[in-house]
Amino acid sequence: MNGLKRGGAAIVGVAESDLGQVADGFSPIDLMAQGVGRALADCGLALRDVDGLFAATAQSRLSVLALAEYLGIDPPCIGSTIVGGSSFEYHVAHAAAAIALGMCNVAVIAYGSTQRSIGRRQASMREINPYETPFKPFMPSSAYALAASRHMHAFGTTREQLAAVAVAAREWALLNPVAWEKKPLTIEGVLSSRMVSYPFTVRDCCLVTDGGGAVVVTSAERARTLKKPPAYVLGCGQSITHSAISSMPDLTTTAAVASGKQAYAMAKLGPADVDAVELYDAFTINTILFLEDLGFCPKGEGGRFVKGGSIAPKGKLAVNTNGGGLSYCHPGMYGLFLLIEAVRQLRGECGARQVKDCEVAIAHGNGGVLSSQATVILGTQATV
Amino acid sequence: MQTQNPSPLKTYLDHLERGELAYQFSPQAGRAVFYPRVLCPFTGSDRLEWRVSTGAGTVYATTTVHPTEGAPYNVALIDCDEGFRLMSRVEEVAPEAVKIGMRVRLRVHRPGGDEPPCPVFVPEGAR
Repeated sequence: MNGLKRGGAAIVGVAESDLGQVADGFSPIDLMAQGVGRALADCGLALRDVDGLFAATAQSRLSVLALAEYLGIDPPCIGSTIVGGSSFEYHVAHAAAAIALGMCNVAVIAYGSTQRSIGRRQASMREINPYETPFKPFMPSSAYALAASRHMHAFGTTREQLAAVAVAAREWALLNPVAWEKKPLTIEGVLSSRMVSYPFTVRDCCLVTDGGGAVVVTSAERARTLKKPPAYVLGCGQSITHSAISSMPDLTTTAAVASGKQAYAMAKLGPADVDAVELYDAFTINTILFLEDLGFCPKGEGGRFVKGGSIAPKGKLAVNTNGGGLSYCHPGMYGLFLLIEAVRQLRGECGARQVKDCEVAIAHGNGGVLSSQATVILGTQATV
Repeated sequence: MQTQNPSPLKTYLDHLERGELAYQFSPQAGRAVFYPRVLCPFTGSDRLEWRVSTGAGTVYATTTVHPTEGAPYNVALIDCDEGFRLMSRVEEVAPEAVKIGMRVRLRVHRPGGDEPPCPVFVPEGAR
């Protein structure tokens, strides 16, 4: 129970900033602002309407201050929850709560990163953990690789099944004009790529790109007066199990079980009702874990579930329809893009990758090293 | 007057200097706590006892890191018999030969210089 009203708020505007490798000199706040401008234009609102501002990035400690200054606004309601890539799914819940309480009416959630342009090392503060750092794990890849090792051991998941996730993401990406990757990928191509942290090759790992964007959240009442069909916030859920991978209770089961349960309960829906599934695929194991933990297949069956193109275009379940963090874009904290794609699928704006009759979409964010999980279920007017 | 309790990390490292892997035990929760801290995550109590592990454990998860330069190496999570888990590595075998379920025992690694000792593991039968 989180006290939020099903369908009380809606996402009404979405936009990406420039993606991939942005032009020289762009800052993360430039990209946030670009996203804000485009997302407001998407719904027909103006900066003067914004009274709630939420932001997170690895590259600015006080990002919401930097963004408010940049935009020249003084929003009474601000939030800067930062829990890695799932931050923006938390922001949606916080924005919905703030709107319900009257703390704001139009909330903008923004993200920006230039990690490709400046290098990953410059983009994130290096954190020393005296109980992990001496062993030189290649983070975050090694943490997810440890989880994959456990899944393979417990359930017989194979490297080929992991690779099937990357191949499906690539097939979706080839249908997305703004995706970073433009060439087809095969299972063999994944397996024979450079090994990073066994069982992951570089093709099991997310991209390193620049990028940003924004989404606009408002009350259901106001949403119905705006330019585009609202994507109603039907359900939200959040859960944390750990920060460091050595403290994760069970490496084969994530906090998505809890976050999903909350979100489904609020939405009064279950996995069978979901038409488009947007999962934070930082690594190929993520998609498998979240398909299981969010109830799309039984625990342990994820590897077998993703085989044979079943989550690729024309498969049995539409998963990561923009190409995901594996093939579309991954600036470090990818969660915002899950929301953008879910909204576009509900609006029917996705062209060649459009999911037919898409009424319910799930955006599931992951942060840290499988640490923080946040689920947002969105639906069209017909679902409210 | 200021109180100057030794930090959990300092106590842990002092044990390692003596060749011991120390962990904490929460008498109220009846279970091990690791990494060392000032409050028990199971009860919220500050009553935590220091204990020394026998150094016997089992590989819980494992990966081989392939750095862009240099030789591949192992990173593993080890479940110690006393009921706590830690990140470490298994030495004395090829990194890819480290398997989940493998029984291992402690060997304190002393990198020298400014770096503190750290707990690594070797296969149970290794000399």
